[in-house]
Amino acid sequence: MASGIRDKVAIIGMGCSRFGERWESSAEDLMLEAFAEAIADAGIERDRIEAGWLGVFYQEQSVSKSGLPLSMALRLPNVPVTRVENLCATGTEALRGAAYAVASGAVDVALAMGVEKLKDTGFGGLPERTKGTFEDQWQPGFTPPGAFAQLATAYAARHGVGIADLRRAMAHVSCKSHANAVKNPKAHLRFPITPEQVLAAPTIAFPLGVLDCCGVSDGAACAIVTTPAIAATLGKRDHVAIKALQLAPSNGVEMGHESWDGSHTLTTPIAAARAYREAGITRPGEALDLVEVHDCFSITELVLMEDLGLSEPGRAPADILDGRYDRDGALPCQVDGGLKCFGHPVGASGLRMTYEIYSQLLGRAGERQLTSPSLGLAHNLGGIPNRNVASVAIFGLASPP
Amino acid sequence: MTRGVAAWGAYLPRRRLARAAVAEALAWRTQGSSRASGERAYANWDEDAITLAVEAAWDATAGVDRARIGGLHLASTTLPFADRSNAGVAAEALALTADARTQDATGSQRAATAALIAALEGPLSRPVLVAAAERRRTRAGSAEELAYADGAAAMLVAEQDVVAEYLGSASSHVDLVDHYRAREAATDYALEERWVRTAGHLALVPPVVTTLLQRCGASPAEVAHLACPLPLASSRALARALGVAPHALVDTLEEPVGHAGCAHALLLLGAALERAQPGDLIIVVGFGQGADALAFRATAALEGSHRGRGVGGSLAAGVTDHAYVRFLSHSGALEMDWGMRAERDNRTSQSAFYRRHRDLTAFAGGRCRSCGTVQFPRAGACVNPACRAIGTQEEVILSGLPGRVKSYTEDWLAFSPAPPLIYGNVALEGGGNVFAEFTDVDAGELAIGSAVRFAFRIKDRDPLRTTHRYFWKATPVRH
Repeated sequence: MASGIRDKVAIIGMGCSRFGERWESSAEDLMLEAFAEAIADAGIERDRIEAGWLGVFYQEQSVSKSGLPLSMALRLPNVPVTRVENLCATGTEALRGAAYAVASGAVDVALAMGVEKLKDTGFGGLPERTKGTFEDQWQPGFTPPGAFAQLATAYAARHGVGIADLRRAMAHVSCKSHANAVKNPKAHLRFPITPEQVLAAPTIAFPLGVLDCCGVSDGAACAIVTTPAIAATLGKRDHVAIKALQLAPSNGVEMGHESWDGSHTLTTPIAAARAYREAGITRPGEALDLVEVHDCFSITELVLMEDLGLSEPGRAPADILDGRYDRDGALPCQVDGGLKCFGHPVGASGLRMTYEIYSQLLGRAGERQLTSPSLGLAHNLGGIPNRNVASVAIFGLASPP
Repeated sequence: MTRGVAAWGAYLPRRRLARAAVAEALAWRTQGSSRASGERAYANWDEDAITLAVEAAWDATAGVDRARIGGLHLASTTLPFADRSNAGVAAEALALTADARTQDATGSQRAATAALIAALEGPLSRPVLVAAAERRRTRAGSAEELAYADGAAAMLVAEQDVVAEYLGSASSHVDLVDHYRAREAATDYALEERWVRTAGHLALVPPVVTTLLQRCGASPAEVAHLACPLPLASSRALARALGVAPHALVDTLEEPVGHAGCAHALLLLGAALERAQPGDLIIVVGFGQGADALAFRATAALEGSHRGRGVGGSLAAGVTDHAYVRFLSHSGALEMDWGMRAERDNRTSQSAFYRRHRDLTAFAGGRCRSCGTVQFPRAGACVNPACRAIGTQEEVILSGLPGRVKSYTEDWLAFSPAPPLIYGNVALEGGGNVFAEFTDVDAGELAIGSAVRFAFRIKDRDPLRTTHRYFWKATPVRH
């Protein structure tokens, strides 16, 4: 039985660009902005980076294919760069590549970069794309809000909740993230909203209104990883260690088998169980100090609280309305504003979540700093409930070996 | 052996445009003098002559083993493809066997009656379907816009279980151009209706019907049902001229539906069968550059034989619509701006389509020989998490299975020519989940658990390559 990568990889530097409608910046500019912060944070020379992983989702619509955009934007010293793409879990996938390279001993220092330049596509939401030569011929021409809205109608039916009651809990999710983002200078949407505004907003895909949906943003985030031993030689007193990094893709059950009822994500509990095992966590609700989850839509965050084992099945609406996941609650969720308000440059999001947990664990989160957190979780859900990739990463504070 | 019609079916699109709504919208150019009553049936954006015909043929074969059907004639002057077998698409959607004969019949308003005669007088080792359908494009503000209808009807021609015995037919061909549509034209050019009635309907139809009655040894007074797909005034005058009793004239459906082109003769034959008694003599007329007339006698098997929706059910399923602009948009008379999402390139990989044409057109899923799980789409490995056997799936046709809504949304962001785009997960009875688009459903109508059936529809249009592709969509079962 493999032991996993728990405590084998240290994050020694991170950077994150300001997210938003970055009309003035190209994807390359955004990568450089994030990288400048990360390399200064790590305190190493650029040439110590021995390999890079670039995560970008809509590559044809921003930077084109391959690892070249990262190598060229950063003028890396001709080290291997691999482009990875796993839907909205792309950023975490890039980190996984870099972490595995270090954990394997193949390299000492690796870079994971996630970037997305969405606002050059001309679309208000995410752009249209092909889903495959066969899939395009039978799957509905869905949009992400419509695909995730399925969770709401199915969840309401399964748990006997009225849509109006469910929407009130969903509205709390959005309002909480907006309140948190006000304290985040890098966030895309920095203004508070009220539940009344959420409920009165125009419908995008029933029952989701426009304020149930996350921002569509430009941005980049990156991490520099190495071994704990090398981190110590660099004079890092405390460092952030990867406790677990797990991925669970769908295998078709949600799309074609009757067993899935559409009210939750099938993959998240699988990825979470593996990650909790890798990290040695038995009671995540108590062990974790903060979570960043894939709140692409308010209903997604609500359902994920149960799928991650943080709320009992059917209890998420009540827990949310009770304030359990508010920044002053028992388990703060999206203290940086989340996808909802920090923004969602697809390829960067997993690394943006990592950045927030990293900043919180190191006590550098400024106005939004929580009181001495030591363990955080980042979750992505790439794709749609019918067909997706779930990733769960857990990060903790560690002392030098 | 008795030849004749063993079953019939009909389909009228759900929406019925109130002619008054058209008159109101056009009042600015008609001095307010336009008189318009009744409704016209019009197709949804995702319907064409093929999909309409499939609905009617489906209805005609309710309770029939479709694997026993030996052929399909598809009659229409509005076939979507000029060079691609339209009947072939419909036959596969109906899951007819691969050896079924398929034939498109087109070019005249008599296409349907001619196809019906051909089926009744041709080889019949197995039953043959004759489906007729029209999706008639009209220009905004034209008289045709008010008079025409979209719709379909189908007859199952057989030598067993016949409900209407075929007695014979008579025909003529005369190049009288009452209206025409050139290959390059989208809409008809119509000539003066008084001339058409006098020189056409009332001059050309009576001799053919008279000849037919003589062949059958029947008198006009014996005609119990005259199915006459002509305007009401012409039909009444015709009955009078022939000496057929006024009450024998089958309602022309002008008021509630409009005129469904070549399909109208079969619609009216269906309506006649729905009111006939065993022993009744039925005459069906076809008119278009000459005339056809067919004679049937209802058999004892007619009583209680009707299992489908039929003409009556199709009439009852209509909903009145006052949205004239929606009609113009759906019918192609008005090009709307649908925004950037409508710019998506819907090029079909024909090789990928051909690989999966059974899945896409016949709605064939897989059934695992190992665990029995039914699934769509079928795949090399079974989707059942407890099985996952490789290479075990056999074809199973899903198109007739009832479904139940598991989740849904009404998506106002996604592109649809009929917003919102409604889609969700549907549980099929007997297993399987289909992530499906819904059609002919109103916003606010669906609920978790709603009963649905699947209908063959246009999935996407590809204006760049002047084509479109088909797939199956869920639609509510309404009672």
